[in-house]
Amino acid sequence: MLSKLVSKQIINHGLRLTTRAASASAQPKLVIDRKPPVKFQKLFINNEFVDASSGSTFEVINPATGDVITEVADASEKDVDRAVKAAKDAFRLGSEWRRMDPAARGQLLYKLADLMERDRAYLAALETLNNGKPFKDSYNVDIPHCISVLRYYAGWPDKMNGKVLPVAGDFFSYTRREPVGVVGQIIPWNFPMILLCWKIGPSVATGCTTVIKLDEHTPLTGLYTAKLIEEAGFPPGVVNIISGDGPHCGASLVKHPDVHKISFTGSTQVGKLIGIEAAKLVKRTTLELGGKSPNIVFADCDLDTAVEMSHFALFFNQGQCCCAGSRTYVEEKIYDEFVQRSIERTKRRKVGDPFDESTEQGPQISHEQMDKIIDLIESGKKNGAKLLVGGKREGDKGFFVQPTLFADVEDDHRIAREEIFGPVMQILKFKTVEEVIERANDSDYGLAASVFSKDLDKSIVVSNGLRAGSVWVNTYDNFDPVAPFGGFKQSGLGREKSEYSLDSYSETKCVTIKISQRNS
Amino acid sequence: EIKYTQLFINNEWHKATKGKTFPVINPSTGEEICQVEEGTREDVDKAVEAARKAFDIESPWRKLEPAARANLIRKFADLLRRDIDYLSKLETLNNGKPVGDSKGDILGSAACIDYYAGWVDKIAGETLPGAHDQFIYTRHEPIGVCGQIIPWNYPIMMMAWKFGPALACGNVIILKPAEQTPLTALYCAALLKEAGFPPGVVNVIPGDGPECGNAIASHEHIDKVAFTGSVEIGKKIQEAAAKSNLKRVTLELGGKSPLIICEDADIDYAVSVAHRAIFTNAAQNCTAGSRTFVHAKIYDQFIAKSIELAKNRVVGDPFDSNTEQGPQINESQFKKILDYVEAGKKDGAKLECGGERHGNKGYFIKPTIFSGVKDDMRIAREEIFGPIMSVLKFDSYDEVIKRANSTSFGLGAGVITKDLTRGLTFAQRLEAGSVWVNDYDAIINQAPFGGFKQSGHGRELGKYGLESYYEVKTVVVKLI
Repeated sequence: MLSKLVSKQIINHGLRLTTRAASASAQPKLVIDRKPPVKFQKLFINNEFVDASSGSTFEVINPATGDVITEVADASEKDVDRAVKAAKDAFRLGSEWRRMDPAARGQLLYKLADLMERDRAYLAALETLNNGKPFKDSYNVDIPHCISVLRYYAGWPDKMNGKVLPVAGDFFSYTRREPVGVVGQIIPWNFPMILLCWKIGPSVATGCTTVIKLDEHTPLTGLYTAKLIEEAGFPPGVVNIISGDGPHCGASLVKHPDVHKISFTGSTQVGKLIGIEAAKLVKRTTLELGGKSPNIVFADCDLDTAVEMSHFALFFNQGQCCCAGSRTYVEEKIYDEFVQRSIERTKRRKVGDPFDESTEQGPQISHEQMDKIIDLIESGKKNGAKLLVGGKREGDKGFFVQPTLFADVEDDHRIAREEIFGPVMQILKFKTVEEVIERANDSDYGLAASVFSKDLDKSIVVSNGLRAGSVWVNTYDNFDPVAPFGGFKQSGLGREKSEYSLDSYSETKCVTIKISQRNS
Repeated sequence: EIKYTQLFINNEWHKATKGKTFPVINPSTGEEICQVEEGTREDVDKAVEAARKAFDIESPWRKLEPAARANLIRKFADLLRRDIDYLSKLETLNNGKPVGDSKGDILGSAACIDYYAGWVDKIAGETLPGAHDQFIYTRHEPIGVCGQIIPWNYPIMMMAWKFGPALACGNVIILKPAEQTPLTALYCAALLKEAGFPPGVVNVIPGDGPECGNAIASHEHIDKVAFTGSVEIGKKIQEAAAKSNLKRVTLELGGKSPLIICEDADIDYAVSVAHRAIFTNAAQNCTAGSRTFVHAKIYDQFIAKSIELAKNRVVGDPFDSNTEQGPQINESQFKKILDYVEAGKKDGAKLECGGERHGNKGYFIKPTIFSGVKDDMRIAREEIFGPIMSVLKFDSYDEVIKRANSTSFGLGAGVITKDLTRGLTFAQRLEAGSVWVNDYDAIINQAPFGGFKQSGHGRELGKYGLESYYEVKTVVVKLI
């Protein structure tokens, strides 16, 4: 009983991917469309939907069943070229976009947010159909977060001030923050709508034009959003959205000489390849890559909260989060109790049809991912970790994996070092603060970390010591648009969301005018 | 047609405690539009109580998340735009400005509100590098109850300039609109309620200066006062603020702003800029370009062309779409302006055109030009707030900058020239809060606006506009 109550409180407190604002309006009784019609399947270039130039398409799968939903245009190098050309054209000097008042750019983002709010139920259903995440997450978390991100960025265009500089000599010097130009943005399949908005926001806010490549697993909501972009009134070529694979489509976007900046969210492995290619043209690059984020639970924590939040930290989104809390370090004193409660909680996790209201966990995105997860589970057993819950595929249709729990995990086990991206929780024991900080940092990753403790001083000291871009204390996965998100070390380069994200989409130009006499 | 004539406190409409009302006049006709409840000290006290409650740390307003606050503020902007037809007519009825100008004011006001709504979730404190055992950070907190006293020349716009930054920073407001022009502020109060602002966050008390305005400036439980109006009253406000509880003060006061037209200016362009610099809004503009300095080489040409433009300026019914200039706000201003015409003549300036009433109803004055004006004449030193262009001749650029700066005001200044260096040098040297090069009165929501010297202190608009609406708190956590 108590844990159920705690659960609800945690949902309200912990699922902070959104602000309450977006879902503040009173909703009529929600009718969930389990078979949302697919309306847009072509490439969106210059505000038009066009076939791939080769005419080829690829299949889009429903991961809950393994069945084909539809086919979508498969962009090749030629189509990338078309899209880049459209973006370049929209960015030329004197264009409607370049001349637009900054505040008007913001109004376009507000309009897009309003349209997304209007179509919230449909978008959520489509996202669930294509990605497999529970509808109640798509509807209550993903789409509202998208809306709040767009509204956040909408306020920036007329606030990106440069400086007038106190230089020496008879000069008048000032900086301008200019858009970097045509950007290429490549997004993954785990949060299709959210990542789309994390990319559109700063690109539009700073006045860039963009070509966004959707992940080949999950193109459907992105292509629908393309229609909303046209409806909102964006000039043609400002946002282009294409569907295609990584090795051809994504690669040609990265290599394209007319693309001035690349923003990539995906695996560390591919991120490195992109970094190498981009370096050849000195292309500005921001990368949001993988993680193996440590979640540190101290004995003086609120145990109920810590158990529930640690569960959420790992299992949310079927474990398919770059910042999943995938190494749960628990202080010796409360270790047994924590493991026991986590077993109970994990056993209770409801896996099933993502459109079902009671479902907490849907399928993994693909067969390939599912196989990889099972493989890592096997390695866990082989390395000697204690498998306490799950460990197998769930059912034989769709790509479901049982919620899985390992305890007594050691730092050198594969499941403690490699990103699993699945519903597999690792619990490790620690004794002292110094020891756990060192072990937490012993990773090439550095995306996120968390601390559960009531001790203010310890929380701050430990936070200061953790080498991670986001450190959460007594919470997890807080993604307020105001706060920056990004990785230390091989978890990435640069920051997304927040004011910090604007720098990577801007170029600073310093203008120096000779005058006859300077006075301060 | 007039929907709201009472005091707005706690999202409710109240009669004045003392039960008095005052007349609101239509300056186009001199006739009464309606009576409005007159707020006095007791009503200000009520409003303060409501505002303090709305500012309580546990209140819905204080607990509202930044993004939600931003959405509320934007909703208000949307409602301004929704009701632009009615509001613009009401503004024109009460203030006399042409209805097209009212519409422009409302669009600009809504854009200003939107601009500040965008700041809400971007007002950040800082973490500061300290010793190893210190965690130091700043918070930017709302100040609290802000008294805002606005003038009659741009009723809606002045309200927007005040509301935007105050609400963005999370403050609560007591607004006193000018007694000449309370009607649109009261209508906007209803819009704020419709938008969903919690009770007590914004309160509107119509009333006069000496009783109601003074009650605000001297109130022990108002944390800040922002005033736009005359220098004379501004000084009184600052005094009252200091004597009572040292409330924070920002002032936007008068001006006698110079527009300097250089010899290389395109003469037609310069004439048109100078014309609108003085005559816009029937010259009832704190930044009116009321000293037009013209280089000797183009002086005669300038005068001739300006006279022609002034004579062609359409003065009349502000509801007529052809009208460019409506009436002055009231009889007192009207008389004062005509007195200045006499003073100009007496001091020896040459009256080139205008200089008298237009028509025989309402407070219309013909666009007036004086040439041969000298720096020590009254019309060159004192703020007239009426459609009188004073043209002064110069032939040395060093000299004209000194003359332009030789005033206790410092609100705006303009220079028309093709020469880059000259333009930038003037920008450096003119002692004014806003300097316009090859333009005049370019008011932009993201650019700060305010006065040097006795034209005021503090800035409105832009990011700077936020600074006077938050308090900085430094927090140092010692790590043991």
